[in-house]
Amino acid sequence: MANKAANGLLPGIISEGIPAQGTASHHSQNAKIVLRDLRQVFHLRNAEKNANEEFVALDNFSLSIGEGSFVAIVGPSGCGKSTLLDILSGLSKPKSGDIHIDGKLVTGPALDRGFVMQGYALFPWRTVIKNVEYGLVIKHIPKKQRIEICKKYIDLVGLNGFENRYPSELSGGMCQRVSIARSLAYDPKVLLMDEPFAAVDAQTRETLQDELLGIWEKTKKTIIFITHSIEEAVLLADRVVVMTARPGRIKNVLDIALPRPRRAADMRVSANYSSISHRIWEMLQNDDIPL
Amino acid sequence: MGMRDVKGNSPALRGTYGIRVNEAAWRAINALKLPKFAHTVFWWFYRSLAIVIFLLLWEISARLELANPVFLPPFSKVVLTLYKMALSGELAKHFIISAQRALTGFSMGLLVGIPAGLIIGWFSKFEYFIDPLMQIFRNLSVLALLPVFMLLFGIGEFSKIALIFWGVLWTLILNTVAGVKSIDTQLVKAARAMATPAPLLFALVILPGAMPSIVTGIRISATSSVLVLLAAEMLGANRGLGFAIHYYEGQVRIPQMYGMIVVLAILGLLISYSLIALEKHVFRWRQKVGVGE
Ligand SMILES: Nc1ncnc2c1ncn2[C@@H]1O[C@H](COP(=O)(O)OP(=O)(O)OP(=O)(O)O)[C@@H](O)[C@H]1O
Ligand SMILES: [Mg+2]
Repeated sequence: MANKAANGLLPGIISEGIPAQGTASHHSQNAKIVLRDLRQVFHLRNAEKNANEEFVALDNFSLSIGEGSFVAIVGPSGCGKSTLLDILSGLSKPKSGDIHIDGKLVTGPALDRGFVMQGYALFPWRTVIKNVEYGLVIKHIPKKQRIEICKKYIDLVGLNGFENRYPSELSGGMCQRVSIARSLAYDPKVLLMDEPFAAVDAQTRETLQDELLGIWEKTKKTIIFITHSIEEAVLLADRVVVMTARPGRIKNVLDIALPRPRRAADMRVSANYSSISHRIWEMLQNDDIPL
Repeated sequence: MGMRDVKGNSPALRGTYGIRVNEAAWRAINALKLPKFAHTVFWWFYRSLAIVIFLLLWEISARLELANPVFLPPFSKVVLTLYKMALSGELAKHFIISAQRALTGFSMGLLVGIPAGLIIGWFSKFEYFIDPLMQIFRNLSVLALLPVFMLLFGIGEFSKIALIFWGVLWTLILNTVAGVKSIDTQLVKAARAMATPAPLLFALVILPGAMPSIVTGIRISATSSVLVLLAAEMLGANRGLGFAIHYYEGQVRIPQMYGMIVVLAILGLLISYSLIALEKHVFRWRQKVGVGE
């Protein structure tokens, strides 16, 4: 393939993993999460043909994710990224295949995973602190401790002084921070994030990216991060998973060997950063998406 | 049909006091730069001006005997009669029993209607099955069922309370159902992703999410419960405001009849304002929409 030849341009920066099973076995020693051969099928009603159709949203998806690593997933719209995250969160079951976290089979949602959804999904009738508190209530943490923990995470995302505001009184970027704080507060080991910064302006986005990196370095969570932005994926992740659509499969897995700590502003002027981003962009371009 | 009522414009969203104050007059009052106390007095005077004018017109037209003086006594006479009835305990006799009936029927409606609505709204397949029947019950006039209730439950307290219960139940259920269905699925998804067990999901997400629509249901059904109560009391009771209006009319004790109507009007006003207060409380997270972002 053309991809293989192009790889030579950036020795040492990108090591292109073999998609699917190959990668899974490679990392399996200290793997936090192992996704094995996931397949998701949706049943659709085709009105024209008056028949039920099967739509393969995710196919042959295998990946092994190391403890404390940051994995970004990029791919064309509709390639099954959200579908994957729904399965990871336990909200939906795959048609076949399975997920193990710390060797334990995932059978449904649990507080060992935090899910930051694209649309913030804050409870509008709860104030900032009450939103952050939610998972702790579910976890049966006593009230006094809850407030302490909430304060800590509100502080972490820089929302001091906004504890008693309602989401309708916050900006989009602030809502996003609350959403992140809510997911962090109950201390999940894994953080699933679905295009969390898609709806904020470029400036806020950069701030949030830096903050997320800081939080990740501090808390040592395993993060799975979906994004439409290639630059964002390269900036944040240890590994970038490139997906193709119809059916949703892994096209490439790239290890990003850029030094850390990384900061958005420094990255913008880094030549390596740009060439890696461009490389991934080409990969996505080559993807002959139907339609 | 059912959906439309739910979106009915709520006073709490229109303005702090339900009825928007005429801008110009408001500015004129402000321009006077009165001290705070005088300002408040002035404001309340302006608020009640329309009512005062109406009562004056009533008084004058009765004094001028524009209508038969037997059938339209002056307002002052009605007030005086009402005062006497209050002293003699006659007013309390009718008022207390009516309030008891309305409150019992209504709170039973709340206790059954809201949980039922939450559950029916959650199980959409069941909702699809039961909705047509509920629509029929809701849209069928309760007054038409009045004889049925009397036949089945007699003319005692039970049948009146049951009638009020029935009269508020379907509106409450349907509004709760609509509220549940209007909840952002992302919120439910978020709650489920945080492993929320079913009872907590209802208490922490479904109920508060449906609350705005539920409050609208309460507002609509509170009004109709008074109506149902009056009808039930007029047809089969020996106490209560509805009975009293009917009774005094029959006795041609017209000022007493008007007195009861005035009490009802005040009651209506009180209910309306307390519900606006409730709405303000429930909507407090919504009120500043548009200011934040
Ligand atoms: N519940 C569903 N029923 C039927 N088809 C679905 C369902 N959910 C997703 N799909 C389909 O599966 C495919 C993958 O959807 P998914 O939401 O995972 O895409 P995505 O990669 O997250 O896209 P985007 O980047 O636009 O968010 C899409 O073609 C979508 O139409
Ligand atoms: Mg998506």
